Amino acid sequence: MHTATTAAEKRLVPRIWERVKKGWYTFSKNPLSVVGAVIIFFVVFFAVFAPFVSPYPEHAGNFVDFDNASQPPSKTHLFGTDVFGRDILTRVFFGFRLSLIMGVVVISLTAPVGVTLGLIAGYKKNTWVETLIMRITDIFVAVPPLILALAVAAILTPNIFNSMMAVSLMWWPWYCRMVYGIASSLKNEFYIQSAEVTGASILHILFREILPNCYGPVFTKVSLDMGWVILLASALSFVGLGAQPPTPDLGTMVADGGKYMPDQWWIAVFPAIAIMFVVFGFNILGDGIRDMLEVEKT
Amino acid sequence: MNPNHMRIVKYILKRLLHSILVLLGLSILVFIIARVVPGDPARMALGPRAPEEVVEKFREELHLNDPIYIQYYHWIKGAVRGDFGYSILTKRSVTTDIREFFPATLELMLLTGVIMSIFGILLGIASARNANKWPDNVVRVFSYLGVCTPAYVFAILFLLIFGYLLNILPTIGRLSPVIEHPPTVTGLMTIDSLIAGNFRAFGDALKHLIMPSFALALGPMAQEARITRSSMADNLQRDFIALERTQAIPERIIMSKYLLRISVIPTVSVLGLDFASQLGWAFLVELIFNWPGLSRYGIQVILNKDLNGIIAVIMVIGVMFLVVNIIVDIIVSLLDPRIRLGAERSA
Amino acid sequence: MKKRLLDIRNLEVGFTVYGGYLKVLNGVHFDMAEGEKVGLVGETGCGKTTTAKSVLKILPVPPAQTTGGTILFKGRDILTMSRNEIRDIHAREISMIFQDPTAALNPVFTIGDQLMTAIKYSNLHDGMSKREIRQKAVQSLKEVQLPDAERILENYPVQLSGGMRQRICIAMALATRSTLLVADEPTTSLDVTIQDQVLRLLGSLIQEKDTSTILITHSLGLVREWTERVYVMYAGVMVETADTAELFKNPLHPYTKGLMAAVPKLTGEGIAAGIEGRIPDYLHPPSGCRFHPRCPSVMDICKKEKPLYFDCGDNHKTACFLYRD
Repeated sequence: MHTATTAAEKRLVPRIWERVKKGWYTFSKNPLSVVGAVIIFFVVFFAVFAPFVSPYPEHAGNFVDFDNASQPPSKTHLFGTDVFGRDILTRVFFGFRLSLIMGVVVISLTAPVGVTLGLIAGYKKNTWVETLIMRITDIFVAVPPLILALAVAAILTPNIFNSMMAVSLMWWPWYCRMVYGIASSLKNEFYIQSAEVTGASILHILFREILPNCYGPVFTKVSLDMGWVILLASALSFVGLGAQPPTPDLGTMVADGGKYMPDQWWIAVFPAIAIMFVVFGFNILGDGIRDMLEVEKT
Repeated sequence: MNPNHMRIVKYILKRLLHSILVLLGLSILVFIIARVVPGDPARMALGPRAPEEVVEKFREELHLNDPIYIQYYHWIKGAVRGDFGYSILTKRSVTTDIREFFPATLELMLLTGVIMSIFGILLGIASARNANKWPDNVVRVFSYLGVCTPAYVFAILFLLIFGYLLNILPTIGRLSPVIEHPPTVTGLMTIDSLIAGNFRAFGDALKHLIMPSFALALGPMAQEARITRSSMADNLQRDFIALERTQAIPERIIMSKYLLRISVIPTVSVLGLDFASQLGWAFLVELIFNWPGLSRYGIQVILNKDLNGIIAVIMVIGVMFLVVNIIVDIIVSLLDPRIRLGAERSA
Repeated sequence: MKKRLLDIRNLEVGFTVYGGYLKVLNGVHFDMAEGEKVGLVGETGCGKTTTAKSVLKILPVPPAQTTGGTILFKGRDILTMSRNEIRDIHAREISMIFQDPTAALNPVFTIGDQLMTAIKYSNLHDGMSKREIRQKAVQSLKEVQLPDAERILENYPVQLSGGMRQRICIAMALATRSTLLVADEPTTSLDVTIQDQVLRLLGSLIQEKDTSTILITHSLGLVREWTERVYVMYAGVMVETADTAELFKNPLHPYTKGLMAAVPKLTGEGIAAGIEGRIPDYLHPPSGCRFHPRCPSVMDICKKEKPLYFDCGDNHKTACFLYRD
């Protein structure tokens, strides 16, 4: 079997496959990362197929069954039921769905915007463009994300869409800063300068030369961020500024359940654990990806 | 004053200036967002049954009919003097509100900060020392869980376990109703009781503080432990540690002096940011524990769209964050000569 | 006949990495007498630093393992010594200069702190007061021709240039009056313009103090100028050893010959030739003689058996079946 030392002599496709295999090897060497991958796999599975795999899919919407309300966990209701008689396990699965959607939406909005702004700011160092972009970033970064998100969400009508907007508003500066750091440190590299000299357009330099260097850190950040965004969104809904009833949202469920503590503890505890679970999974996954990408470099 | 001190002073001044500008920008940002709100603050304050002329007069007083930059000008004029306007919610000046609620949050965050930095670093050291043995693995798993769990989940769990199940810690407020409230000197319940010599109150205040601060501190503590551990493990591979070994320096000195100082630098750098994120979660934790602090006040003003209150709370939190950041930066630059001396070179 | 100082026999060291096990050192032999200046030359990755770190016992032991052989220092086996005994050896007998002075100095402590601590724990310290230690530190800095020694003691590594940092490392290594100095590529990471300067300084100092030295380098030129005897290393084995002059006059091992041919000649006789192929993969090293895939004179036996050292006269040995007389 050929080894890395002769990789340069091979053709491109087998080389990429080599890297994937080596990456997977590193990744799987750390049992924790594999756990993370498994967790996220299940979360995604439950989220995507929620209507098919949950025991009581109709409980996800407007449903009441007071005869069965506030039942502790049992064989028929693994996580128990809430005060309306709705099965909590089902609602957790649908809650996963909502959380994942929010995560994907927020990151798809903020990452491209933040990365682009970061590229521009880093490349155009020492011009007014950089100052403008970075000062604006500074302002957003000066306050803990949750607070500003709360403020924005409160000002708008409380619903899922607005809470996503609020979180997005808070989130893009972090991508911007990270990419700014990479871009400004690369600005003086020879290959950038040679591209400039040969008349490459700015778009080319930014996106074909600098951006590829950012893939690793950005990708790691995206996987870690999924967890944080879900957390932040759940905090917003905990306060009542996110999804409105009867939509099943993990944060709202924790908040509602809080009222019935400690007697009907299952109403709050299971959604809370579910949140932890998802964030945990994305965190380990993100760490594993980062380790994998780091070994790549050496 | 030697050049090193000069440099630090210059650095602080630069940071202060930068921060003031940022705070200014922040206030403008929030102001603009706030004015986008549909709804009539004056009407909301006076209620639906107040006669229109009274409401209109109130609007004039609050400058609500003026263009936005005039409104901002009035606000800034007041803010610089410490007057943040009138709170629609509490029907008194926002400054009074803040003065009342800020110390509670300050006390909470101080304890949280101490716990997360000191315990975090200690845990990280213990973990690195026993690398790959069972204490290390336990700490690592705990760290992962800790980092991922939002503070409000810890808060609820603590409430459940220690407050209700085991019934050993109080669940509401800062002081039990039966205990005499010590005279306010600093606003910090613990310090005030010590000053007054009232040890019962001190103990009681501490008991009230423990759950909320640990709920807030656990997450960052886990993070600091992880960073410290990996930093130490990293540095152990470096050449300078190997060199120190060839110089026959006793192992305990290598560990406690040469390895430690350089390894805590990444941890301390992150402290500011972690503290900031906890300032955010404090909102929810204060709600859960019914803690009469700024964050709970903040939630109320946000939910009630009390604009003056919202802006003031954000500014105060912004300042708190700022101060913490400056302190952290100073400590880091003291620890790491590469940061404060980087540019200078002798030939 | 000078006393045998260091005697490495059949040293085998490997590293456990994500892909498997890297068998780096595959039976290394090395010896030197007191007062000798021996060179260890070989290309990057051949195991020179691993050998050096084994002698000083500073290999990172979880990934690294010593699976065989002995390292005798003044007759005692380093590999079986306890931690305290090794510390003693470090304090009184062996010092090392690392390749990269920036990595070798702790960035958050002053030069003074590091230098004085080194002196404090060395064999000189029997009862030196703080003032005496400081004086000794200043003196050792002056020996390496660093001006303004007092000020440098207060500086941090980041404030100094690479050349100065390496001088400081040299000062630290020599201030402690060790018996043996292991210098691992001491000038490789320095600016070309000062490499010569620093090397001359080092050379004159070890001459002056009559320190036994192992000079590790990949440069044949350095070896020629500064050493009395040379070991040529390839892929974790010593392939040839001789007195320096003899080696250059009469290289025997095909690898050594290849190395010599690879150096461009000032007289301009043709283009310098390289050696075909690359250093082997330590995960799956070649069988028998590790050089056989690249050897122009390879024979059948080379692929099957590992060559021993064959004596070719006057201190000149080589591990090649060609000389199996």
